[in-house]
Amino acid sequence: MRRHPTEPTPEGWPRTRGNAADEAALEYQLFNNQASRRFAQPPQETMKPFSKIIAILMLAVGMLPLAGHAAAEENPQALVKRISQEVLDAAKSDKEIQAGNQKRVLDLVKAKILPYIDFQRMTALAAGRYWRQATPEQQAKLTDEFRDLLVYTYSGALSQVRDQKLEFKPLRADPSDTDVEVRSQVVQPRGEPIQLNYRMEKVADGWKIYDINVLGAWLVQTYKGNFASEISRGGIDGLIKTLQEKNNRLAESVAKTGKS
Amino acid sequence: MGTIIRVAALAVVFATSGCATTNPNDPFEPFNRTMFSLNDKLDQAALKPAAQAYSHLPSFVQTGVTNFFGNLADVWTSINEFLQGKAADGVTDVMRVAVNTTFGIGGLIDIGSEAGMPKHSEDFGQTLGFWGVKPGPYVVLPLFGPSTLRDTVATPVDFLGDPWYYERPVRWRNTGTVVRIVNQRAALLNVSNLLEDAALDRYEFVRDAYLQRREGKVHDGASSFYEEEDAPASH
Repeated sequence: MRRHPTEPTPEGWPRTRGNAADEAALEYQLFNNQASRRFAQPPQETMKPFSKIIAILMLAVGMLPLAGHAAAEENPQALVKRISQEVLDAAKSDKEIQAGNQKRVLDLVKAKILPYIDFQRMTALAAGRYWRQATPEQQAKLTDEFRDLLVYTYSGALSQVRDQKLEFKPLRADPSDTDVEVRSQVVQPRGEPIQLNYRMEKVADGWKIYDINVLGAWLVQTYKGNFASEISRGGIDGLIKTLQEKNNRLAESVAKTGKS
Repeated sequence: MGTIIRVAALAVVFATSGCATTNPNDPFEPFNRTMFSLNDKLDQAALKPAAQAYSHLPSFVQTGVTNFFGNLADVWTSINEFLQGKAADGVTDVMRVAVNTTFGIGGLIDIGSEAGMPKHSEDFGQTLGFWGVKPGPYVVLPLFGPSTLRDTVATPVDFLGDPWYYERPVRWRNTGTVVRIVNQRAALLNVSNLLEDAALDRYEFVRDAYLQRREGKVHDGASSFYEEEDAPASH
């Protein structure tokens, strides 16, 4: 995927080239807007070439069903179930992750989860009324930084998973619904189960998560207050800067765990 | 009684500290921020280190402590379920307490969950909320942490409804209470680290998450925010 130009020119792309996986990757790009397309790409410095290839391969394989156009729709609950199970299994079987290597967790999340999250929508929701005041460039930057922060946080949570088990509640939605809530809970060896719900929307290339409810609080809604305060203090650029600084700190602490 | 004096003292502070702030749910923000950082200092100095030490105890000990106090809390939970007219849940939780207290050796083993009676947690603040009492402004209580005006009023009732409150001798009760609090804090060690990573302003982040979570509990997890939005479509 990396060889494609940064500016999408859907009409100009040859549709007959390559195998199904290639086709799928192309399909994936076509349906993604500028900001969210970037998520599928691992950041340049932080990934080794080999894991880069793996990530791209996994992504391409994950997109295979799309190549058939009329392939059976995976319902949103099945999708969440599948990707969380894949990530949990991978995290549990990876010795380096068990030993506390956060960078491996980060790579795992980037490869398996990112394609299914609509970060632009999340960022727009968190920024609320300020979103429209931002220039497209600021929107893209903000989305990138917010994505990184969420990825760090999620990876941090994931690296604490030990004997937890996922349980899903029946999906309350019609097949025609395009905006649903997938309800699940993480059952722990001790204490009450942790409620974990996903707000999902059906877009051109399938279902995407745009908010997550942890323990009764919606993540994006919770960030709304933080965003508003930062913006009122230093404008949208101020918020971007705060997020960048935070991400740099988190990147440092992740890098430390990777050295072992 | 200490708690009543504390609540009264708080009321005085509120009356004098109310001033213009941006968040309509948080008119006492300056006071709350002070309490938040005070609690944070106490936590860093005493509670967190204690919880970290405690978390090295064998897992079965921690599980036993969690279950024992969880079982006691279930008594008050079931009473609040009856108070909210949730008779089925109330009966289930009475059964839970009965099973866990007898077969679970005084509550040390949570057999009820294994037997398909999942743990609930209801308190008097939720009961008030169920009957339509609005949460009111956000309040950070010294030592107790995030609350609302409604839940601050309900908290002393929760103390009276807690069986451990009547444990005698008092020395035992106090020791048990300390163990209980440290145990609870230990369960949150990971969460508080995550919070550190995630939040831009920890005070605001905790507040906004707490208020949502609390209302979510009052409405039993019917996550009201998005449901209200698309209610006409889904019903």
